[in-house]
Amino acid sequence: MNGGGAVGQLGRLLALIPWLLTRPGVSVAEAAAEFDVTEEQLRADLELAFMCGLPGHLPDDLIDVSLEGDRIVVTNADTIARPLRFAPDEAVALLVGLRALSDLPTPAGNDALDRVLAKLERAAGDAADTHRNVTVKIQSAVDADAAARDAIGKALGDGRRIRLEYYVPARDEVTVRDVDPVRLLLVEGHGYVEGWCHLAEDWRLFRLDRVQSVNVLDTPVDAHESPADRETAFDAEAATWRVRLMLEPRAAWLLEAFPCEAVQREPDLVVDMPVGDLGWARQLLLQLGGSARPLEPPELIDAVRAEAEAALAAYPDR
Amino acid sequence: MAAPRTERLLNLVICLLAATRYVSKDQIRRGVPQYGECATTEAFERMFERDKDDLRDMGIPLETGTNEAFFDDEIGYRIPKDAYALPEITFDSEELAILGLAARTWQQATMSGAASQALRKLEAAGVDVDREALGVIEPRVDAAEPAFGPLLRALQQRSRVTFEYSRAGAAPEPRSLEPWGLASWNGRWYVAGHDLDRKDTRVFRLSRITSEVKVVGRKGAYEVPPDTDVTALIHMLAQPAPTSTARLRVRSGRALPLVRRGTVVSRDDEWTSVDLPFEDVHQLASHVSGFGSAVVVDSPESVRSAVVARLAGALDAVKEGA
Repeated sequence: MNGGGAVGQLGRLLALIPWLLTRPGVSVAEAAAEFDVTEEQLRADLELAFMCGLPGHLPDDLIDVSLEGDRIVVTNADTIARPLRFAPDEAVALLVGLRALSDLPTPAGNDALDRVLAKLERAAGDAADTHRNVTVKIQSAVDADAAARDAIGKALGDGRRIRLEYYVPARDEVTVRDVDPVRLLLVEGHGYVEGWCHLAEDWRLFRLDRVQSVNVLDTPVDAHESPADRETAFDAEAATWRVRLMLEPRAAWLLEAFPCEAVQREPDLVVDMPVGDLGWARQLLLQLGGSARPLEPPELIDAVRAEAEAALAAYPDR
Repeated sequence: MAAPRTERLLNLVICLLAATRYVSKDQIRRGVPQYGECATTEAFERMFERDKDDLRDMGIPLETGTNEAFFDDEIGYRIPKDAYALPEITFDSEELAILGLAARTWQQATMSGAASQALRKLEAAGVDVDREALGVIEPRVDAAEPAFGPLLRALQQRSRVTFEYSRAGAAPEPRSLEPWGLASWNGRWYVAGHDLDRKDTRVFRLSRITSEVKVVGRKGAYEVPPDTDVTALIHMLAQPAPTSTARLRVRSGRALPLVRRGTVVSRDDEWTSVDLPFEDVHQLASHVSGFGSAVVVDSPESVRSAVVARLAGALDAVKEGA
């Protein structure tokens, strides 16, 4: 509701005036930052409020805004001292966003989240009508082993190291590793625990539904510098391989589904794809059943050949 | 310039909130200075109608009614304080920390803006949202698909929409929908609703909507069936119920995603036998083939031959390339 236009500005004012009333002497900079507008816009908002008030519009009827230097004090605005209740889009944004977290293992447990949701829903009233028709489902958090999920939440809260049995899909194997967990991530629709992996000696993401078991150790986590912010779960910089594939038209969807780049479109579509583990690319090519042909690297070509031959050996009648 | 109009709207809100009785149009015209500047009654009425609509769209409960003392035909307006204001609400420290998370969940600008505005309203009501707490949780919920905003608005207003939709690889076709709900599943947004052309429930992936989403007709054009579970609809329509079962042999400790979805029927040191329900032969064959020699299909024959065909195809492709 911070868009321009009179309605956007009015929406902001009806929150801003009560906000200022509860914080006498707050600075213009602080208020502007909170309301995500420029200081210039905030001053314009205040000037406007100063012109408004009860019918009659005698000096005593008007909202009083005093700006002493950078400090704002608002008085005589009793009529709009309480903020306007949530608009439907606000109620939906707040409730749907919070409900998305309900399958994540939070250190505080999920009771607090449920209480917050109930209170907000009650406060929102009719504005909350649609929120149950908008859902963010984190399937990987739902599918995660419940005991493992709880253990991760607890270890995060207590700052303890965990021993993970973790399924690595690219290698189709379960690995055991000690991890210092630092945070839970919800990114691209999946839930992950991020931590310093003592096996890889680097930061790693572990998708919750691939964690087979968690053992919370007595060892406290080491102090590490925080991992970088993540926009996506796929770390292109950590991708050590560049795989080149020639795609038949029926495999052209790969371009949309994975981070890759078309290096040639005619006569055949050829793409380059950064890949962290060749095992993953090998699986993909076996799945595609020949509609994608690996051109590079030779290690991938050999791996696909060897695995396809080994798999076909189980069907001697063919 | 928005400012003069904002000024008028704010004065109107204050005028109607302050009133303990219904305020007549004449009184409003006299009480809000900017209306007084209208040259004619028609100009005032047009302006007032538009303003009323805008206030209601913002969620301001503007009521119409008559006071007993009024003449029969005299309609007045007011905004009841209780219905206007955010109700008294308090949170304990644990709950305040959770609220702080809400501020950083949405990546999409409109939703993030709306969530922030809601939190500011809570703060304006004296709630001290703890934005620094729970740093160990970093939730990012996105809705980058351009169709998301218009569909959400249409859903909230119960308005029908039209758009062009392109199924995988096919040419776009026009669709007409009564949206029932939106759901993000594995990071992708879907809309479910009543397809007016197909006269049936349908689910659409937002990323495959190739045109603008246009609202057609009035608000409140339909009702969402009560207890609509959009996620369940998406599951059902995107992943039809299994109709057959495949018997697979899986090497111990391998292909866990397959084993987890199936039922283990027997197990020895080397192999685990699993019954796996499936609907689509080719989808299952693709999944199984990826695991290579870790999975062998015992039955049915259709899946067996589909897997063999995929493996042989993959092998031919690397041989040709060599």
